[in-house]
Amino acid sequence: MISTRFDSLLLAAAFIVVWQLLHLAVGADVVSSPAATLTRAAALLQNPNFWIDARSTGGAFAVASLIGIVGGVGLGLALGLRRFAGDVADPILNTVYSIPKITLYPIILLIFGLSLSAKITFGVIHGIFPIAIFTMNAVRNVAPVYRRTALALRLSPFATVTTVLAPAALPEIMSGIRVGIAVTLLGTLIAELFASSSGIGSALIRATEFHTVVDIFALTLLLFLFAALINAGVHRLERWVRHDG
Amino acid sequence: MADPHITVRGVTKVFVAQDSKVHALGPLDLDLARGEFFSVVGPSGCGKTTLLDILAGLAAPSEGTVVFNGKALTGSVPDGIGVVFQQDATFAWLTVWENVAFGLRRQGREAAEIKRRVDHAVAFMGLAPFANAYPAQLSGGMKQRVCIARTLVLEPEVLLLDEPFGALDQQTRLLMGDELLRLWRDTGATIVLITHALDEAAMLSDRIGLMSARPGRFIDIVTTDWPRERDSRIVSDIRFGSITGRLWTQLREESLAAIGAARGP
Amino acid sequence: MRVSTVGIVRTIVVAGAFVALEALCRFGIINRLTMIPPTEMVAALWQILASGKANADIAFTIVNTLTAIVLSIVVGFLVGAALHALPRVRRPFEPLLTAYYAIPVFVFYPLLIVAFGVGRTALIVMGAMFGVVAMVVNTLLGLDRVPPVVDKTASVLKLGAAQRLILVRLPAAAPHLVTGIKLAVAYSVIGIVAGEFILATAGIGKRIAFGYHDFDNRTMYGMLLLLLILVMVVNGALSLWEKRLHQRFGQQ
Repeated sequence: MISTRFDSLLLAAAFIVVWQLLHLAVGADVVSSPAATLTRAAALLQNPNFWIDARSTGGAFAVASLIGIVGGVGLGLALGLRRFAGDVADPILNTVYSIPKITLYPIILLIFGLSLSAKITFGVIHGIFPIAIFTMNAVRNVAPVYRRTALALRLSPFATVTTVLAPAALPEIMSGIRVGIAVTLLGTLIAELFASSSGIGSALIRATEFHTVVDIFALTLLLFLFAALINAGVHRLERWVRHDG
Repeated sequence: MADPHITVRGVTKVFVAQDSKVHALGPLDLDLARGEFFSVVGPSGCGKTTLLDILAGLAAPSEGTVVFNGKALTGSVPDGIGVVFQQDATFAWLTVWENVAFGLRRQGREAAEIKRRVDHAVAFMGLAPFANAYPAQLSGGMKQRVCIARTLVLEPEVLLLDEPFGALDQQTRLLMGDELLRLWRDTGATIVLITHALDEAAMLSDRIGLMSARPGRFIDIVTTDWPRERDSRIVSDIRFGSITGRLWTQLREESLAAIGAARGP
Repeated sequence: MRVSTVGIVRTIVVAGAFVALEALCRFGIINRLTMIPPTEMVAALWQILASGKANADIAFTIVNTLTAIVLSIVVGFLVGAALHALPRVRRPFEPLLTAYYAIPVFVFYPLLIVAFGVGRTALIVMGAMFGVVAMVVNTLLGLDRVPPVVDKTASVLKLGAAQRLILVRLPAAAPHLVTGIKLAVAYSVIGIVAGEFILATAGIGKRIAFGYHDFDNRTMYGMLLLLLILVMVVNGALSLWEKRLHQRFGQQ
């Protein structure tokens, strides 16, 4: 629809205008201009030091996501397929999910010290719970008529899980993975902001300490773009699954 | 009855909850003749679906036996029985064609045979133009055709249908009823149809079993004597009114009893 | 009250976990420098509360959090209601709303510190920023889910616009609004306490950060326990309210 595209462009333009006005109002010491930010962002992308930080964050994020997905889906499936286990675990999982994970940071730091493992663990504890919860609910919410159909078609339990339950639950599992990946990135970054080891998060802290405002803005913009890209990618995957599912 | 297809003897079903027992069904006796079209009607909650589950082998009776082709059911669905459910059971992630082929694929048959049988079933149920569509793009009636085709393609001797047209509007129901009759004549299967619609039971069936309020037992078996070549236009036959009248007079009393109202004159 | 098997097993699992943790700590399998036994955490918290030393910090955090929560809820609801009433404006915003929690909003912290300085304003703004979109999204969801037939009934009963909103649509959207409140609370708490960790100037977060840096595990774990208890109580109460509303509405 043309009008939707147009409206989105209008919104983007309005956003840039407000940004520029803010810059003019409070000065470059507080808010960098859009132009300065974009220039600095481009410069960063060519700076090898930036890429060292980016690889540190990206690597930890990737590993944490993988562990979170495998662990979360596995846990969710186990709890979803066995009704009793799922009933016992449901409130426990939801309570643990609602605990702000930041309360666990000092504990994790005590265990792992300021290391890569700490960063990855932060990411994992953020992502594994929504993925497990979504997966468990996805399996439990499979329409009862599907199970009865599998019985009527005389499928073995293994065939029932792999050919009926898994495809039926997949769209919702993908939603959980999308949420899980997003909060895993959040956890990884918070780890860097808090523990200030290496990575983009710590680069942000450095920029804050040295008051290089344009660096703060440029790094934030790049992070924003990265997160949006990942989210769009997973969303595309999710839509592809839903079309077939 | 000589050589019945299915025999039900003394079947009851009692559901045990934490601190209560619900006597849902029976005791029931029934003989189903090979190739007959048998409908079950009854008030809400009388145990019609429970009966179907037991006939299919999806549930075990608390007492009594069900014998299919001379062999007693042992708590799992035997080969040769097909079931169509009330809810939409199409697999949303497969196309119409793949849905219909699903059961055959799980049986591990040859691709050529699968294609032949699925193509035939899809065409037979009028689904050919939609073969590559996904269920989400279909109407309720079409989705039920897919479920029927998926069951048909396995060539069952007995077809059990649990209020398959319950979610459809009246006119679609009547057309689907005609489809069911065509299917019945073409395959020669024994059909058991659970329905709450009296006119549907009366126009489609050779015999109709009328169940009482819970615990459901057969209080009447009505024989229609309709010709095999029939369709929904049988409603204009002189005997149609008396058949539905006979069903409703008894069913009305049972329904009122079921909702606890005082019996009327 | 009927005691279910599931409830019993769950209690055993949770109690067992605590007992196991206590044993692992007491028998030295878990190093004292890493974690103190749960019973000592409770004792430490009790001491801190009794001495009143941490009261100013606790008050600081609670006030910050409440302010952020109220901001999130009020602003979130108003923005949500406004967007719902203006579909033309809503459409371009919608993808941004769904993508919001994909972006680590924490990256704006340095910007907030630059703008507001190292004080409670930055914390409150962060908390509110974190929580507000959950409220907007759920307000939209709740108002969307008001069945058209309910609106038609309001018209038939000849209700004015304000009456329609307050007497019919708001109650109809209530289950989702409460979900939004629950999420706004959770996110606001995270935003504020994480900020207090990083800034370490005042608040419960600061006490935890100091405890960590000074190797004062008793303080650190005592304050962590306090945070945990506060969060679980509030979240538990809101969850109960949410569940009851969803049940009354037949799980819409």
